[in-house]
Amino acid sequence: MISLPAPKPEILARRDTILADLARLLPEDAVIGEPLRLRPYETDGLAAYRQIPLAVVLPRTTEEVAAVLRYCNANGIRVVPRGAGTSLSGGALPLADAVVIGLMRMNVIREINYEDRYAIVGAGVTNIGITNAVADDGFFYAPDPSSQLACMIGGNVMMNSGGAHCLKYGVTANNLLGLTFVTIEGEVIEIGGRHLDSAGYDWLGLITGSEGQLGMVTEVTVRILRGPEGARAMLAAFSSVEVAGAAVDAIIGSGIIPVALEFMDRPCIHACEAFAHAGYPLDAEAMLIIEVEGSIAEQDMLLDRIRGICARFEPTSMKVAESADQSAAIWKGRKGAFGAVGRISPDYLCMDGTIPTGELPHVLKRISEMSVQYGLQVANVFHAGDGNLHPLIMFDANDADSFRRAEAFGADILTLCVEVGGCLTGEHGVGVEKRDLMTKQFTGAELSLQRAVKSAFDPEWLLNTAKVFPLEDNPKIAA
Amino acid sequence: MSTFSPDTEEALAGEVARAHAAREPLAIEGHGTKRAMLRPVQAAHTLSTRNLTGITLYRPTELMIRARAGTPIPEIEAALAENGQQLIAEPPDLRALFGTEEPATLGGVVSTNLSGPRRIMWGAMRDHVLGIRAVAGDGEIFRSGGRVLKNVTGLDLCKLLSGAHGTLGVLTEVALKVLPAGEATGTLSIRVKDVASGAAALSAALGSPYGVSGAALLLEADGITALARIEDFAESVTYRLGRLREELAAHGEARLVEDPRPLWRSIRDAEPLGAAPEDAVWRISVAPSQAAQVVASLQGAFAAKLMLDWGGGLIWIAGPATTQAHGAVMQAAAAAGGSFTLFRAPAALATGVPVLPEEPLPLAAIARRVKAVLDPAGVLNPGRMRA
Ligand SMILES: Cc1cc2nc3c(=O)[nH]c(=O)nc-3n(C[C@H](O)[C@H](O)[C@H](O)COP(=O)(O)OP(=O)(O)OC[C@H]3O[C@@H](n4cnc5c(N)ncnc54)[C@H](O)[C@@H]3O)c2cc1C
Repeated sequence: MISLPAPKPEILARRDTILADLARLLPEDAVIGEPLRLRPYETDGLAAYRQIPLAVVLPRTTEEVAAVLRYCNANGIRVVPRGAGTSLSGGALPLADAVVIGLMRMNVIREINYEDRYAIVGAGVTNIGITNAVADDGFFYAPDPSSQLACMIGGNVMMNSGGAHCLKYGVTANNLLGLTFVTIEGEVIEIGGRHLDSAGYDWLGLITGSEGQLGMVTEVTVRILRGPEGARAMLAAFSSVEVAGAAVDAIIGSGIIPVALEFMDRPCIHACEAFAHAGYPLDAEAMLIIEVEGSIAEQDMLLDRIRGICARFEPTSMKVAESADQSAAIWKGRKGAFGAVGRISPDYLCMDGTIPTGELPHVLKRISEMSVQYGLQVANVFHAGDGNLHPLIMFDANDADSFRRAEAFGADILTLCVEVGGCLTGEHGVGVEKRDLMTKQFTGAELSLQRAVKSAFDPEWLLNTAKVFPLEDNPKIAA
Repeated sequence: MSTFSPDTEEALAGEVARAHAAREPLAIEGHGTKRAMLRPVQAAHTLSTRNLTGITLYRPTELMIRARAGTPIPEIEAALAENGQQLIAEPPDLRALFGTEEPATLGGVVSTNLSGPRRIMWGAMRDHVLGIRAVAGDGEIFRSGGRVLKNVTGLDLCKLLSGAHGTLGVLTEVALKVLPAGEATGTLSIRVKDVASGAAALSAALGSPYGVSGAALLLEADGITALARIEDFAESVTYRLGRLREELAAHGEARLVEDPRPLWRSIRDAEPLGAAPEDAVWRISVAPSQAAQVVASLQGAFAAKLMLDWGGGLIWIAGPATTQAHGAVMQAAAAAGGSFTLFRAPAALATGVPVLPEEPLPLAAIARRVKAVLDPAGVLNPGRMRA
């Protein structure tokens, strides 16, 4: 279990005053204080952790966000920024003495510009909302986390989220032009703009992925791209994890960069097939979904080449989609992977480490050994092109020991990822979940440096306190 | 004035620690190709990474190369080419522009975040930095990122140091994402009547589904030419050029450029700009639709030589090294909501004017605090970016 800092008693004692003050700063319907209406905000995508916050505010404008931050800063009140609350690392988990600032009402698309290929959107616009707004004109916003129906661009920026297509199109950081940023002092700063690569320090890059540690984002200028002529997927199944890994290396080594290259292990294939009936090969040890883009002729050419490469690795089966519908069928199982695992097991932890792709066979072997050792099942999905591994550890939340084992299992996997040359998190962020593992990846001096950079933005550590950085050695937080 | 060129990271850290203790500023460089960029550094000593060389890890199938900061870019490019891969951001070779001889180093290119034509489609140098090792201003060695393609663990100091011009740390090693080089390169050229119609043609090209990876506008004595590049498998390049030509028909007749690679190399290196040795050189970055207005206001202010890349969004400018010309550049960039750099200028001009846009006050205050964290005694490249 991860510990949270003790709430500040003087803040808890002033709860009523604080609520009254907030109600003066914001429209009436934007402040929530009743316990029952606070409940929906008590957790995020890491549902094993729950905490009712002091209050929730739902501002509609940058000025309102600035006013709340200015007030909280002046009064030493902690704040927890929140988008849709889909974080899988507990990034949006409230604290008992904190005001949650939810940006879901900042959901307006302010400008779409096809000539210069950008859109300016409120932080509360959903990821899919951006693509939906430009899809009729043939454009899209590239990073596509599986949570894209719900998650919001502000949360994507703060987590630097990725998606299945980021091997080609990059993650959130690679698709941004500008931000409206609000400091803990309530200063509103425009970072970047409608153009590429502002001169000076790369604040845009530093803020992206900072998990709400440096300030809040209220508006985002994203690049939008013209979609390809078309896209099609194929499936290739293999008799071992090693062979599937070698096929991935051969595809990348041939000079083809598929837009997506997804890997599933046997337990994951079985779970997805039972759930989605996608026609996945149940006799395989590992399966790849490979997607290419272009005109029909280009798709044929690339899929032919990839099929030829896979054939060298004696696949147990291969299926090339002949149509968009068949493509969708191949993706159906993968897209439902989390739900599928959720059906087998009452609860699961979704881990998110990255490894050098060449280490995959070794890492999967170690994970299956750990699975036996901890007595818990695990299924693995893997963004094979970029090394981002998602082991789904199944446990029973009603059994405290099962949860304890699941957490320890997860920590062991992430430690292994670091040991083989990878990292603790590829896209879900550190949050509270991996906070105490940060010492596995960074030295004490490196963590101090990062903490000092945070302090340069947030000297009193009011912003999303107790996330990302271990609580030890931190005078601003009494654990 | 002496130059230290340590051959280990530890020794380099030792030099920085000594400078920190003595409060003695250091000019930080690799081969010094871009010593004349931005403002002159006020330092008694120079610290060079030129002896920290060599590729330390290259995994073609993991799309990753790692090398020490002083490794010359051509050495890295050669190793990649052997495996059919390339540096994605196509960093420029600015030896001609700066009148220097040795090739740029990896550390220098990352510290200045310089990207070539491919930036418009595939991202900037900073987008592909997977991990760094660096020495902070107090001599402490630190890492950020790693060697894998996806990593969101902790604050991204890789991006903070990319483009910081050596003022926040001395890079000692960098891991980059790399990609396969396109099998073939094809380019269409269209004569256009003015910058606005050129930018419109490039906007149509970049807004097409054909993956345009270079979009430049050349302003020559005999007219203006828009260029659009496609890099891919040979069959795809042929097909896509054909479709693109149809798509661009409304903007003019598109001609196929023979052997386009040298042309793009020259655009990458800003050769068509034709900067004279005594000229100042600026770069403005704006939304491409603003290009025509920026160009008009510059041409109204002084005898500006111009070249446009990134669909019109990157405007290279050469002209007289005067405060009046600089004022016109600053004003044009601001009016278009963009950013500028005084890229190269005699010290007399560069020390007397802001060479980058001023930051709003609250951000400048944060910048000072961040600088104090990474370089407490202010010994790394003082004066490089701001007075
Ligand atoms: C089923 C499922 C699938 C997922 N798939 C993916 C995937 O494929 N790829 C991926 O990368 N992630 C994935 N995620 C994780 C999650 O969706 C992303 O991290 C997402 O970006 C979070 O967005 P959100 O709006 O829900 O943010 P929240 O969860 O509300 O917040 C995320 C973090 O950002 C901070 N924050 C939010 N908004 C702001 C703001 N405006 N200013 C400052 N700080 C802010 C919060 O304090 C928190 O630390 C998945 C999650 C689920 C539940």
